[in-house]
Amino acid sequence: MDTFIVGLIAATLRVATPLIFGTLGELFCERAGILNLGIEGTMFFGAFTGFAVAASTGSLWLGLLAAILSGILAGLLMSLFAVKLGVNQHVSGLGITLLLTALSLYSFRLIFGESSVNPSIEGFQQLSIFSSSPILGPIFSQYLLTYIAIALIPLVGWVIYRTNFGLQIRAVGENPEATDAAGLNVIRLRTLALAIGGGLMALGGAFLSIAQLGSFTFGIISGRGWVCIALIIFANWQPIKVLWGSLLFGGVSALQLRLQGLGLDMPYEVFLTLPYIVTIIALTLGGRNAQAPAAMLKPYRRE
Amino acid sequence: MSKKLVPVLVVLLIVASLIAGCAQSNTGATSGKIKVFGAYATPIEEPWDGVIHQALNAAKEAGTIDYTYTENIGYSGDMERILREVADQQKPDVIMGDAFGNEEAVRRVAKDYPNIAFVFGSGLGPADPNFSVFDNWIQEPAYLSGMLAAGMSKSATIGVVGGYPVPEVNRLVNAFIAGAKSVNPNTKVLVSFINSWFDPAAAKEAALAQIDAGADVLYAERFGVIDAAKEKGLLAIGNMSDQNSLAPDTVITSPVWDMTATVAYVIAQVKAGAYTSMDLKDFSMMAKGGATLAPFHNLESAIPADLLATVTQRQNDIKSGLFRVDVDEAQPQAVN
Repeated sequence: MDTFIVGLIAATLRVATPLIFGTLGELFCERAGILNLGIEGTMFFGAFTGFAVAASTGSLWLGLLAAILSGILAGLLMSLFAVKLGVNQHVSGLGITLLLTALSLYSFRLIFGESSVNPSIEGFQQLSIFSSSPILGPIFSQYLLTYIAIALIPLVGWVIYRTNFGLQIRAVGENPEATDAAGLNVIRLRTLALAIGGGLMALGGAFLSIAQLGSFTFGIISGRGWVCIALIIFANWQPIKVLWGSLLFGGVSALQLRLQGLGLDMPYEVFLTLPYIVTIIALTLGGRNAQAPAAMLKPYRRE
Repeated sequence: MSKKLVPVLVVLLIVASLIAGCAQSNTGATSGKIKVFGAYATPIEEPWDGVIHQALNAAKEAGTIDYTYTENIGYSGDMERILREVADQQKPDVIMGDAFGNEEAVRRVAKDYPNIAFVFGSGLGPADPNFSVFDNWIQEPAYLSGMLAAGMSKSATIGVVGGYPVPEVNRLVNAFIAGAKSVNPNTKVLVSFINSWFDPAAAKEAALAQIDAGADVLYAERFGVIDAAKEKGLLAIGNMSDQNSLAPDTVITSPVWDMTATVAYVIAQVKAGAYTSMDLKDFSMMAKGGATLAPFHNLESAIPADLLATVTQRQNDIKSGLFRVDVDEAQPQAVN
């Protein structure tokens, strides 16, 4: 039983990591008033860039850096359409997801060719903090990026609620007209938020490719970006609740895989639906008072 | 100015993603060679479609066929359009591909072009006059892999992580279990499904869960499992292609599907004008070289000599028809 629970907690943290990065990224975008549906593609692009650079330079850290830059680039592209040109945010977001997914697969083939066995690299190793403890040891034997993801939660909370920059981001998401009247540059603020958000999303993708798997394949993101879109509503756009939401979804996902392994006499489909049932319940209960940033989805134009 | 730019940029974005998404290689060389067109629902990096593509590509490089293909066609109606366009314009002799998820569309088109040989991966039957089917009938090497896994396991617990419990997967898993039980009837076989054809991170988590439950040899029906075994210093068995190079100290062997025999047979029939619709199942099995057990590479020395002898004997019996691996497509239990 001990191994089961310890293993479950460790797995929960692993599964939650890309979700934390992705949802925090989306949080920056949406707090500034932009629904960024480019998240799925941005995570994919980050996973690809991270892997490609790590594989060709041999440095995982360069890969990580390149992934962040690729995410920033994706954010800037989103900003060009949704902020600068004021295109419908659903359309530009989905367009960017399609573009970046296809671009990644295409570039992957240009670089690595067609082989029957997927290229792989030695990814980041797990870091053990309490390696001597039988319980804390396995739980805190995680990838560095997992620790970073958790540390980012209070950091993002501090930025959003306690800094001048955070105040400006929130203002531009609630009332861009007033923000503009106060002499702040709406376009610039939203672009910055999208760039930061994109960088975080790409980190979530790179976690999968250069830490957890050491390889890049199509399907590597498998809808995790869309899960983040749901999680941000669950989290009511608050960083600390992003952590709870990600851990809840990650925990139930990890639990269902482990319950299958126990061999209980139940159809496996029951376990597979668990994460989604829990998400629906959590969204219904937690989302009732959810209040989206007031100016979200509205392109800002100076009259 | 910016308002005029918007539609232009949106159109450019869409065009760019379409071009990048549907990479189509068009080499319209005309010669006496048989013209083959490949139609794949997924990118060719997907192992199942990859096997078909590799066999056709090899035939192209050997100079026996002209081969062009379109991949990543998907499951939302593009298959029928693309097949009709190709049949009308390129007029290939053979169209090969994967009909899973597009069964009705593919069969509808085949009916309208009786002079083209339609040869598709399918879970259903052939249709006169021109629609042949094939599938990955690699339950024989999966059985042999099960023997190896059970023989190599120290904990007498082994695991399988599969995509969906569909017949194509079930028969491999059931053969693997049967093979394992034939070596050690007390072997416990854990079976998990991740409900996705491609989510390596989830497959890895499922594998780690089985490892925590005691499994020490894992059959990686899906991508991602080998990584878990490698990380924990355990053994794994690949699937579809020889995956030893992913983790040379981890992957003992892999049940391999090889479409070369199927492609060669179809080409010969078409060339001779003798092509008829049929179930090409036999050409994907061990006796005709359509299924093989991958080499053990540097792990051969780790396999106990008597186990190796038993497996080799069984393999020879399968090839010579003396031993038949049952095809069991029922959904396996979670613990066997």
